[in-house]
Amino acid sequence: MSMKKKTICSLIALLIGVVFLVCVNRMTAPTYILRSVLQMGAIYALVAVSMNLLNGFTGLFSLGQAGFMAIGAYAFAIFTIPLESRANVYYLYGMHEAIANVQLPIFAALLLAGVVAALLAFLFGIPVLRLKSDYFAIATLGLAEIIRIIIGSALMNRITNGSLGLKSIPSFPSIFGVIPGFYFPFLISAVCIAIIVLLIRSSYGRAFKAIREDEIAAEAMGINLAKHKRMAFVISSFFAGISGALLAMFLGAITSTTFNIAMTYYILLIVVIGGMGSVTGSVISAFLVIASKEWWLRFLDTELYIGSFQVPLLKNGFRMVVFSVVLMLVVLFFRKGIMGNREFSWEGFFGLFKRKQKKKTGGEQIG
Amino acid sequence: MNTTTFLQYCLAGISIGGIYAMIAIGYTMVYGILRLINFAHGDIFMMAAYFMIFAMVDFALPWYVSLALVAIATVLLGVFIEKIAYKPLRSAPRMSIMISAIGVSYLLQNLATYLFSALPKGYPQIPFLMTNINLGGISTSVVTFITPILTIIFVVLLMQLINHTKIGMAMRAVSKDFETSQLMGIKINRIISITFVIGCFLAAVGSVLYFTPRPSVYPMAGSLPGLKCFIAAVFGGIGSIPGAVLGGFLIGLCETFIKAAGYSEFSDVFTFLILIVMLLFKPTGLFGEKIAEKV
Amino acid sequence: MKKFLALALSAVMAMSLAACGSSEASDAAQGGDNAAAATGTAVEGTTIKIGVFEPTTGENGGGGMQEVLGMRYAHQVAPTVDINGTTYDIELVEVDNQSDKAAAVTAAQNLISSGVVAVLGSYGSAVSIAAGDTFKNAAVPAVGASCTNPQVTLGNDYYFRVCFLDPFQGTVLASYAWEQGYQTAAVITQNGDDYSTGLGEYFKMAFTGLGGQIVSEQTYQTNESDFNAILTAVKSADPDCIFIPSSIATATLILPQAQANGITAQILASDTWENESIISDAAEGVIVSTFFDENDTENTIAAEFVTGFKEYLNSSSDNLTANGGSDGVAAVSALGYDAYMTVYAALQSLDGQDVELNSVAIRDALAAVNVDGVTGNITFDENGDANKNLAYIKTIENGAFKFIRTQTID
Repeated sequence: MSMKKKTICSLIALLIGVVFLVCVNRMTAPTYILRSVLQMGAIYALVAVSMNLLNGFTGLFSLGQAGFMAIGAYAFAIFTIPLESRANVYYLYGMHEAIANVQLPIFAALLLAGVVAALLAFLFGIPVLRLKSDYFAIATLGLAEIIRIIIGSALMNRITNGSLGLKSIPSFPSIFGVIPGFYFPFLISAVCIAIIVLLIRSSYGRAFKAIREDEIAAEAMGINLAKHKRMAFVISSFFAGISGALLAMFLGAITSTTFNIAMTYYILLIVVIGGMGSVTGSVISAFLVIASKEWWLRFLDTELYIGSFQVPLLKNGFRMVVFSVVLMLVVLFFRKGIMGNREFSWEGFFGLFKRKQKKKTGGEQIG
Repeated sequence: MNTTTFLQYCLAGISIGGIYAMIAIGYTMVYGILRLINFAHGDIFMMAAYFMIFAMVDFALPWYVSLALVAIATVLLGVFIEKIAYKPLRSAPRMSIMISAIGVSYLLQNLATYLFSALPKGYPQIPFLMTNINLGGISTSVVTFITPILTIIFVVLLMQLINHTKIGMAMRAVSKDFETSQLMGIKINRIISITFVIGCFLAAVGSVLYFTPRPSVYPMAGSLPGLKCFIAAVFGGIGSIPGAVLGGFLIGLCETFIKAAGYSEFSDVFTFLILIVMLLFKPTGLFGEKIAEKV
Repeated sequence: MKKFLALALSAVMAMSLAACGSSEASDAAQGGDNAAAATGTAVEGTTIKIGVFEPTTGENGGGGMQEVLGMRYAHQVAPTVDINGTTYDIELVEVDNQSDKAAAVTAAQNLISSGVVAVLGSYGSAVSIAAGDTFKNAAVPAVGASCTNPQVTLGNDYYFRVCFLDPFQGTVLASYAWEQGYQTAAVITQNGDDYSTGLGEYFKMAFTGLGGQIVSEQTYQTNESDFNAILTAVKSADPDCIFIPSSIATATLILPQAQANGITAQILASDTWENESIISDAAEGVIVSTFFDENDTENTIAAEFVTGFKEYLNSSSDNLTANGGSDGVAAVSALGYDAYMTVYAALQSLDGQDVELNSVAIRDALAAVNVDGVTGNITFDENGDANKNLAYIKTIENGAFKFIRTQTID
């Protein structure tokens, strides 16, 4: 397929996406579930891609994503809660004088969220990145827990409001007064994911993949292991921080316990189902997983009667069981997830319909 | 801090440490042989507690029969998980099998919520274990007292098994070199199953000792102890049984004294910090063997 | 490189398109917004849908389920309502918010999408706070049953609650402790939990305000089950009483350990502890403050509720399992019942009024409601909080909760 044709296809797809979003925004009631499922999907897509950058592309098995999201969410929330509602939010302890009157514009705070997360990742990365595979996983898991506990501790009462959490966090703003707030998470996520994709396609990305395939060989090829690992860790945390801030905006209220180990596992589930090492896979899977968990599969939790026949198994908690079973099935039988480590490509897409060529062209390796 | 209080802290620390040690052995043995962090181990421990409730409350069996049944059921569960979730991935990358372990943990927690509801269930009491004893101002229960003793007994037995029996030799061989030991005629799958049997048996015993004085079982009850036991295993040098035991006791004592010092809020932070610091200065833990990187 | 350029260009184009398209869209959306705020959700046909917004899994799954049972029972008692000559069927739409803030928002939106005109719940204030704006934006009133944190209703015209608040409860327990002659207290709270921490703070404030002294403050992590070290520290501080605002799960863990550690100080706790599953040998003598007294024979509504609810529980094994295996009546079930009945009374009050039947009308009716519930008379103040200035102090004696006295604050 020619370049031109591909570009046209991409354009059309993008247009369809945008038109779809516009339709959703215009035709649905402001509280319709589809809207938040899409928004949440966009947020989780970003954090899943950022986790994938580490786990799938660089081969560093990190379990600390929730911790960096917490940092981002709190950094964002502390500086954007409207001044007039602060007394209300910090109703027990009051806010620390140094920050009580500091309010940042949304975009500045969003950037700050990413930068603080990245900075912490840089500091933690110096020791932690020396560790190998499993040890690295456990150390990052520990880090995330440490972050969460410290945020929620009495020590931070006057900054993070300790155990009481923050509320009155501003919702998605309209962009330049033209694009309504509804599109905000999509735009930010899309820009961030585009940056990650560009990074993966650059020489850095190739170095990441070389490290994933074989550290020793990569080092022998002249790749500076420490530098590249640190870079992947810092960048991944930066975007985790931004997605944390987006989540804070989406929820409007956060507590430290939101960002627990279960959240990391949930993001991991999205990455695994999408395919380790595939950006498009993570994005597709984020939307699919969120939609099924929050929307389509909700019926599994309620008892259902057809006539007088009670459908068996349906009871509180069944939805989560189904979810974990799906995860296990993917891990055991479809180890590659939806996309494996391939990316979406138009050849593959049309090949799916034509079936003329065999799978050979289905996966255009990127980079 | 007067002597009585100090001794009371010591007792509390050693007692919880003994349980950590017992569960940590399960982590360390599985890791030694499969190079797998069995994230589901803490949840197997939780399921063992539910089995005990079934046996003693729902079927009203006497405690000694229940104990045996719980041990058998837990071991079966562990071996079943190994066969279903870990065995098919033996040739897969390390990451896949780790994810599978996380998946099993997730599944067990959700399954427990679904089957037994999230409401905490009372753990049945074995009367003589909960008798209060008073030793010169230190008030405690029998179970607190016998936990460390039982731990030591089990560890000594286990060490005998590993160092002086044929199975033990095979286990050591497998943990040294998977493929070569296979060539030597060792039935790998059998050895792995035996590892899981031992690990889960100890988890079942640990579960009885843990939940008797803390008699409340809920689906998430295994997650935090599981994590701490894993840290204990890493601390002692994962793959090493004496290391895991020492790690268990040390983590238990550290945690207790940090709480004693008035930093109860940060006791877990310290536990994780200890882990990270340990990994940095001695990545293989106290007794771990250094594995040379093969090119 | 060319590919990038093309992509970048197309992205810019698409965005500008989106911008054009959406400037109208924003008007439409805002229009929609206003419309929603004015009318909320209307009742369709002859079915009134009421949402049940409760955790049935996760950390608070147990207590949440008991609250749901109270609501289901109330629904069974009063399944239809007559308004202006039409008989409406009431349908309960249940969602699980998983005790998790992130899940709570979408769970709430699920309810709104399914067309509910009022919402009941939730157990645990954190999820109610997270979902509050969703209900407010949709102009659908929510009636909390046992969410006691002040933040739930503050600044939200659409959130009501039928229980008392944490500042009240903390103060009540402090003044009870002070009246009993306790001079020193220890407080044990849960890190990261606003219910536990908030209540602990209010207790501390009130107790020190009365002249008492806090000799030990301890915190523990979610899912912690070993309290020996904490309890040893508390014991060595030798307080007269120990205040432990916590979840049921923690209660069942901490009490036997306190007993084993030989702690003799009086243990005080909050409403969550009034639950059959904490009763054990170790729980004897514990003091709890709670919302109602099931054995109060003067309150006929409560007596009727207790008998009826016990029958309901015993009618199915699923109900019994969900209630923790016994037919004891938890205070949260009573509050769940009251929350439903409050909405029901609001619906009834619309009878004979010339208004369109929608969520805004129900909200206005709720604000003016006056109903005698199981947990006392319910009217709402301007924040939407029930005017309750009475807490029931109970103790555990011989394996059952025993009413001691009521406690008010001046």
